[in-house]
Amino acid sequence: MNAPEQDVGKSTARGEIAQHVLADKRSLYEKRKPVFPQAVDGFYRRLKWVIMAVTLAIYYVTPWLRWDRGVYAPDQAVLIDLANRRFYMFAIEIWPHEFYYVAGLLVMAGIGLFLVTSVFGRAWCGYACPQTVWTDLFQHIERFIDGDHNAQVRLAKASWGPAKIARRLVKWSIWLMIAVATGGAWIFYFADAPTLARQFFAGEAPLVAYTTVAILTATTFILGGFLREQFCIYMCPWPRIQAAMMDERSALVTYKTWRGEPRGSVKQANKDPGVFGDCIDCLQCVNVCPTGIDIREGTQVGCITCALCIDACNKVMDQVGRPRGLIDYVTYEDAAREQKGEAPRSAWRNVLRPRTLLYFAGWGAIGVAMLFMLGTRNHLDISVLHDRNPAFVQLSDGSVRNNYTLKIRNMQTRPRRLEVTLSQIDNAVIWSDNGSREQASQRILTTAPPDSVVRLRVFMAAPGDGPEFEDVTFTVRALDEAGGSDSEHTRFERPEVTP
Amino acid sequence: MTKRIDEPTGTETVGHEWDGIEELDTPMPRWWLWTFYATIVFSIGYVILYPALPGITGATAGTLGWSSRGQLAEEMQAETNRRAPMLEALSRIPIERLPEDSRLMRAAVEGGRSAFKVSCVQCHGSGASGLKGYPNLNDDDWLWGGDLKAIEYTLTNGIRQPGHEGTRMSLMPAFGRDGILDDRAIADVVSYVRTISGQDEANASARRGAAVFATNCAVCHGPDAKGKREFGAPNLSDPIWLYGGDRAALTATVTNSRYGVMPAWGGRLDPVTIKMLAAYVHSLGGGEDFVAVAADPEVEVDERP
Repeated sequence: MNAPEQDVGKSTARGEIAQHVLADKRSLYEKRKPVFPQAVDGFYRRLKWVIMAVTLAIYYVTPWLRWDRGVYAPDQAVLIDLANRRFYMFAIEIWPHEFYYVAGLLVMAGIGLFLVTSVFGRAWCGYACPQTVWTDLFQHIERFIDGDHNAQVRLAKASWGPAKIARRLVKWSIWLMIAVATGGAWIFYFADAPTLARQFFAGEAPLVAYTTVAILTATTFILGGFLREQFCIYMCPWPRIQAAMMDERSALVTYKTWRGEPRGSVKQANKDPGVFGDCIDCLQCVNVCPTGIDIREGTQVGCITCALCIDACNKVMDQVGRPRGLIDYVTYEDAAREQKGEAPRSAWRNVLRPRTLLYFAGWGAIGVAMLFMLGTRNHLDISVLHDRNPAFVQLSDGSVRNNYTLKIRNMQTRPRRLEVTLSQIDNAVIWSDNGSREQASQRILTTAPPDSVVRLRVFMAAPGDGPEFEDVTFTVRALDEAGGSDSEHTRFERPEVTP
Repeated sequence: MTKRIDEPTGTETVGHEWDGIEELDTPMPRWWLWTFYATIVFSIGYVILYPALPGITGATAGTLGWSSRGQLAEEMQAETNRRAPMLEALSRIPIERLPEDSRLMRAAVEGGRSAFKVSCVQCHGSGASGLKGYPNLNDDDWLWGGDLKAIEYTLTNGIRQPGHEGTRMSLMPAFGRDGILDDRAIADVVSYVRTISGQDEANASARRGAAVFATNCAVCHGPDAKGKREFGAPNLSDPIWLYGGDRAALTATVTNSRYGVMPAWGGRLDPVTIKMLAAYVHSLGGGEDFVAVAADPEVEVDERP
């Protein structure tokens, strides 16, 4: 940034009216302002620790959980088996034709995000987003190696001597190790984790595993180590979308201007009592901010609502003996009420309101509907495809034959003995391509291997004198104690009767 | 057109104004520019390594020597290699033993399905359901035999291929054209055939036709008109007609005879493809089981006309 720009930045920051007309002096590109967030302690910092620990634990541990499904299915609790087109999640197994469950989960995730945003603003950004979690982790390592804010600034300005190179190399290697572990954990969701881990270290894993790890290592290293807040500000669409999700009753990290302004140091305040607000302009809120913004300028796209400025400010207020909460989670409505000297609404009234209840109802309805469908879904399924070329075949004994392709889906993880029967048509017989017309009868017996689709070519012969089209129902029934059946309608065609 | 600094954001406007609406000229982050430069560097590498710059007769080849045709050839070769063991097994197994190996049989049927679309659909149709003069291969009515071995033989040697030893051969006399039967006798025998195939009620003409049939037709079509496969003589008592079963079509057949032909594929397709075609045709629903006549191969040749 050149000199005039800096002037502009400062003057706007102070809220002065900047009506400069700066012909062509502004750069088309903006140099990045370095951010060295300072360590802080407090309620929200501890909350973030807990959430980081929980989310990272879920991410790393999940693929290693086991779940017994018998001999015919994998025993990994959560497994996205792309090769065999199965998705396992504990007791649930999803086939490709049931992709609507995944769609339902995505819709739930979407509505859940709306719900949380309408109540707590960008809580996802501030606490649970992987970009935030990993950046936070990387920043802790950075502080551990380079020291806190001031040391980091000094080191950044220092020339590239052995000491700086050594520190950088140590920091980057730790980041890289975390990045490899991050990318490495991802692949275990897609294959048997212990087997893949063995193969991976023996150099026998498929190329796609190594490629995936390499790409995710690179993205983790670059996004968590270097791009950080740039990702949130320039790449992520969510900060833009969230503007439509929030309303005047969503809790936002707010600097209470009416309490803080005008700013003045403790010394100035002691000299001229009653002139200055509570803000002592110590810049702690700016120093701890991971995206490098000044929350005192108001709600802005760079604020991920991590609430670390609340912790920092509360600590300072404690030290100077002023009440906490100069920066706090406040809704727009409560902010207006507070300025007028009224008491804020109760938190419950901000949470329980038509909008959030409607979101919750939609979210819950989809969840309940999916659970109901999961609980009652059929594990045996038949689909019948009537041959169209030719639609019918005249046989030499005067009867007519139609051909069908049956697909029978056995969704249980055990082999099943099945019976296919015919109804709604008289004097028809069926046989499969394994049998012959001599053995034709009203039913076909077959065995479906576990967790698979049986393709059965079925021939049906019926007397030639009948209607041109006749309805037929194929029914598949399991012959074991668990039972279950499924039917599908199709039709039987005869040659057009020529007068 | 005046550029000004927008007060709340501190960002310069682009200078245009439409009905009071202005646009911020938010500067791009500098690293974005670097990623743009990186794509330029990538494109230079790409142009060097891969075919890229078009010329009059073709594009630059690229130092890697990659081409989409070359990639296709590689993939085709890989597929050929993958199928080689299956084709090898198919070439070794006698066709009558193919049903014992269900995996091989399935592969043969699928291979035959593809080959059928190349060589056979022109006459038999894409669904193998035939046309007038071209038999429907889905039904259970076979002129020359419907077991795997007979189908393979027909495919290899063809039907009525002049000069081809072993071709399926039979010549029905042109009873009318050659003056063997007069018009009345032809009309009578047509009446008889329509009666035994259940299309007409028996009448005087049909009764006269029975005698004509016994003298002239039964030698090939059999005394019960069920046909004889050694002559490719069709069953005349069923409802399946290759050239039509109405009076006009039957009269034309008896008067002029019919000589359907099929190429001898033995010289055009390799034995494995013919085997796969036979398996496919056999799988369409009318395939018959192979009945071993005897162990002596000399007797098997009886299949020939």
